[in-house]
Amino acid sequence: MKRYQLEKRKYVIGGLTVGIVLLFLVRLFSIQLLSDVFRRDADSNAFLRQVQFPSRGAITDRHGKLLVYNQPAYDIMVIMMEQDGIDTLDLCETLGITRQWYDRRMREIKDRVHNPGYSRYTQQLFMSQLSVEEFSRFGEKLFRFPGFYIQKRSIRQYQYPYAAHILGDVGEVGPKEIKEDPYYRSGDYVGTSGVERSYETYLRGEKGCEILLRDARGRIKGRYQNGNFDVAPIPGHNLTLGIDLDLQALGERLMKGKMGSIVAIEPSSGEVLCMVSSPTYDPREMVGRQRGAVHRRLSAIAQKPLLNRAIMGQYPPGSTFKTGQALTFLEEGIIEPSTSYPCSHGFHFGNLTVGCHSHGSPLPLLPAIATSCNGYFCWGLYHMFSNRRKYPSVQAAMTRWKDYMVSMGFGYKLGIDLPGEKRGMIPNADFYDKAYRQSWNGLTVISISIGQGEVNLTPLQIANLGATIANRGYYITPHVVKEIQDVPLDSTYLKRNYTMVQRSNYEIVVQGMRGAVTGGTCRAANNPWYEVCGKTGTAQNPHGQDHSAFMGFAPKDDPKIAICVYVENGGFGAYFGVPIGALMMEQYINGHLSPASEAKAEEMENKYLYNPDKE
Amino acid sequence: MSTSNRNNKGLFRTLDWYVVIIYLLLLAMGWMSVCGASYDFDQTGMFFDLSSRSGMQLVWIGSSLLLAGIILAIDDRVLESFSNIIYIFFLVLLAITPLLAHDIKGSMSWIKIGSMSIQPAEFAKFGTALCVAKVMSAHDFSLSRWRDLFLGVSLIILPMLLIILQKETGSALVYLSFFLMLYREGMSGSFLFVGVSAIVYFIVGVKYMDEFLWGLEEINLGRFLTLLLIYIFTTGMMKVYGQRFLSVRYILWGGLLLIASSLVIARYVYPFDIIWVQLALCLGLVIYLLYLGFRNQKSRYLYIALFALGSLCFHYSVNYVMENVLQPHQQMRIRVLLGTEDDPRGAGYNVIQAKIAIGSGGLKGKGFLNGTQTKLKYVPEQDTDFIFCTVGEEEGFVGCAIVLLLFLALLLRIIWLSERQPFAFGRIFGYCVMSIFLFHLFINVGMVLGLTPVIGIPLPFFSYGGSSLWGFTILLFVFLRIDAGQKQRER
Repeated sequence: MKRYQLEKRKYVIGGLTVGIVLLFLVRLFSIQLLSDVFRRDADSNAFLRQVQFPSRGAITDRHGKLLVYNQPAYDIMVIMMEQDGIDTLDLCETLGITRQWYDRRMREIKDRVHNPGYSRYTQQLFMSQLSVEEFSRFGEKLFRFPGFYIQKRSIRQYQYPYAAHILGDVGEVGPKEIKEDPYYRSGDYVGTSGVERSYETYLRGEKGCEILLRDARGRIKGRYQNGNFDVAPIPGHNLTLGIDLDLQALGERLMKGKMGSIVAIEPSSGEVLCMVSSPTYDPREMVGRQRGAVHRRLSAIAQKPLLNRAIMGQYPPGSTFKTGQALTFLEEGIIEPSTSYPCSHGFHFGNLTVGCHSHGSPLPLLPAIATSCNGYFCWGLYHMFSNRRKYPSVQAAMTRWKDYMVSMGFGYKLGIDLPGEKRGMIPNADFYDKAYRQSWNGLTVISISIGQGEVNLTPLQIANLGATIANRGYYITPHVVKEIQDVPLDSTYLKRNYTMVQRSNYEIVVQGMRGAVTGGTCRAANNPWYEVCGKTGTAQNPHGQDHSAFMGFAPKDDPKIAICVYVENGGFGAYFGVPIGALMMEQYINGHLSPASEAKAEEMENKYLYNPDKE
Repeated sequence: MSTSNRNNKGLFRTLDWYVVIIYLLLLAMGWMSVCGASYDFDQTGMFFDLSSRSGMQLVWIGSSLLLAGIILAIDDRVLESFSNIIYIFFLVLLAITPLLAHDIKGSMSWIKIGSMSIQPAEFAKFGTALCVAKVMSAHDFSLSRWRDLFLGVSLIILPMLLIILQKETGSALVYLSFFLMLYREGMSGSFLFVGVSAIVYFIVGVKYMDEFLWGLEEINLGRFLTLLLIYIFTTGMMKVYGQRFLSVRYILWGGLLLIASSLVIARYVYPFDIIWVQLALCLGLVIYLLYLGFRNQKSRYLYIALFALGSLCFHYSVNYVMENVLQPHQQMRIRVLLGTEDDPRGAGYNVIQAKIAIGSGGLKGKGFLNGTQTKLKYVPEQDTDFIFCTVGEEEGFVGCAIVLLLFLALLLRIIWLSERQPFAFGRIFGYCVMSIFLFHLFINVGMVLGLTPVIGIPLPFFSYGGSSLWGFTILLFVFLRIDAGQKQRER
């Protein structure tokens, strides 16, 4: 009886055994099958995902000249555990750093708050972007500094000192970009201005990834699955710019010592042939470790060399704007080519006077354009804004006028493929209603007809006006990138944008502009090789000397280039605008400058409007 | 010549091949795990290279098989008759080990013989099991007699104390598993109940040691809960062992009601230390039990009173032990296990890494030698105490389940074989073997899965090491030999 009872205890013991095994199975089930956390923890334990940086796309000019490429630079890495007992003094001397810098850097590396990935056993960045020269000095002595390693990376390099504003530069990504785009990790480089920024997604390529195995002490033990899961980086797309480097170089040369801008556009394609903003800087300086210091120095200069005036400068267009007025008045039927208006040293109405230089009076449209008569266009605007048969109110006339201006690409951003473009200023009826409490008329705003007053355009918009006239009625949104390797260009940069003015009226204005070159304000631009059309501008500047402007295109019947030259405080358009514009067109169409032109160019190059050395 | 032939044939037929096959399967899986756990990227040689751990483990496996063969060739009655001498031999060996040993990670349990290190503690289990089986199988031995119980327990405690002297607490604790065998052999279940109660008091008391009920500084949560449990357990024992006429229900509910109303007063009226109410209740219960005992002349009431008093003393000494007896790393292990302390860099590190390694294995595992966590040495002691991680990571849930079910089959088979023994000696020895394996499995796998404290004892047939493998092989095959011998003689 007792034995039998005790024998039953085998069930208790067997049950306990089964219970323990079941408990283990349930536990295993929950940690192996129900939870993904441990798998992720295991991966983050063991896998070190080493990013493989793609090479950034190269940039060439329209003729294939290499402008921007990648150059090897060297980072110095340190493994703390191995670097004991080196000659610190020798190291500092070789690298050209101070002992204080060395100590501070070492403290920074060890600070887990700022360097969360710190491990004594892995490479930590000690110093970044050494040039080849700096590196070679260090490389020779490397054997003396155990624990120090060299990691190759690539940095941007610029072939020529030109086109800094177009090319832009690259810099380390900021916290905002890291947050917005998962592509970036701290320490990555990103385009910060120019084409480098606007085409960032094409230029950067795709990162690759190498999966390394890391042991419990942080040492690299090899590649995961012999690299079968590694992803090779995909290099960025190369860019071909519409820029003609020779033209750009000449433009920068001619603008030396002057503030302002030159923009040239190929009318048939909208490609920007050159975009000079002066003063400029050498893009080759903005590379490597000195970038920060150079950037700081440049931003302190009064003439603002970092500002791309071609798209960010907003200037009164002056008389170049009259071509747009002529087109509007013709299209609206306010004038006909034969319509004549009087001009006796200007436009006089009551007490209001808008001055003008001496020429015949009254005169019809073509000579008015050629001689840049202020009176003619003031009368034109006056007649348009006071025409109550056509427009019920001055506001309606103003709105109509504004629509014409907008259709020509004014008042809004053109949409060029560069960051930071400004929209300029075309006033509308609301604007004047607010400014004059609704009591205004054509006379109040008369100066907009001659590109003064509230009207502001960027040099790009003026050049685009030239391209539109050259095309006789349409423009293609200007763009600096002609071609992205393996990717079609955005359709925006292929589409024709027609203005509200018909082709026949453009032909009239073209004749006027041709007249300005053959016998008007732009005579200096005339040459025996091809027919130039042009229009000067002398924009009054309340802060000082007038701005000198020129807008034109050539050849007249098969336009290859449309251009805007805008020189701040250059005085009459004929002083700076016309000669610079003429030289630029000659360079582009002929491919070189004639000896006589070369002499003119040299003379122009040395005409300084401010002292560039006095910063 | 002819006799031995017949004997061998008989052995072949009477040997329990189920156990042998399970043993061989576990050895094979164990060797694979050691390969995975000791595999290094820099390793150039094969797994059979004797300079690697996998190669050495193969040597241990081979010699274990040889040892198994030798044991099967010995007559089991020889072992039975020499059991006392074997036991005394191991006691002496254990006693002199600390004198001969060289310090390995703070443990003084290894002695060097030539170029080999062996751990006598791993073999002493066999000697103890053999001797206990021999002594307890005497026909006049009864565990219900105090003298015999004391003798049996002494035989178990003696080697345990000697091993503690070697600072090898884990191996010493293994001897607690013999109590499972004692239970099977007739030790009162109340002893196990007392043991389980002690563990519960300990866990509850320590886990909530530094917490307070409702943030009231007067009421220590750990103490409150433990005293509550003591009251409930004591009344429970009165219900089970007491006479029918006792209305335990009223005592239990009356006490709980009193505690609950005191709680309400402490919470809303006047905060006071409710422990005094509980203590008074428990002491009242003790006095009542003493009264019952003396009036009815029943010693069982005195034992229950002793249980209640002992529980109180135990609880009050736990704090003292925690703070003054245990070493800091042991305290930390206990706290980490109970979840009151989070220490991923220290005591918790092994357990966290073990869980990560096992958890990342998923259903089917990463495949042989593809475990990243084990290969990259994230789990410390991964080829010895934490070997189960390798199984979990490389063979996944399926592999773990197979291993656990093999162990379960082995343990149940040993129980079944023990129960069919015609003599107490074989049965007791079988239960000793089973209890030892169960304890190792429970503590080792439980520790890897974060369920039991981190106590460094090997997983049978898996953990790297010659001493433990030989020790387990001897235990298992001596039992098989006894079983086979009995069957031979039956015929």
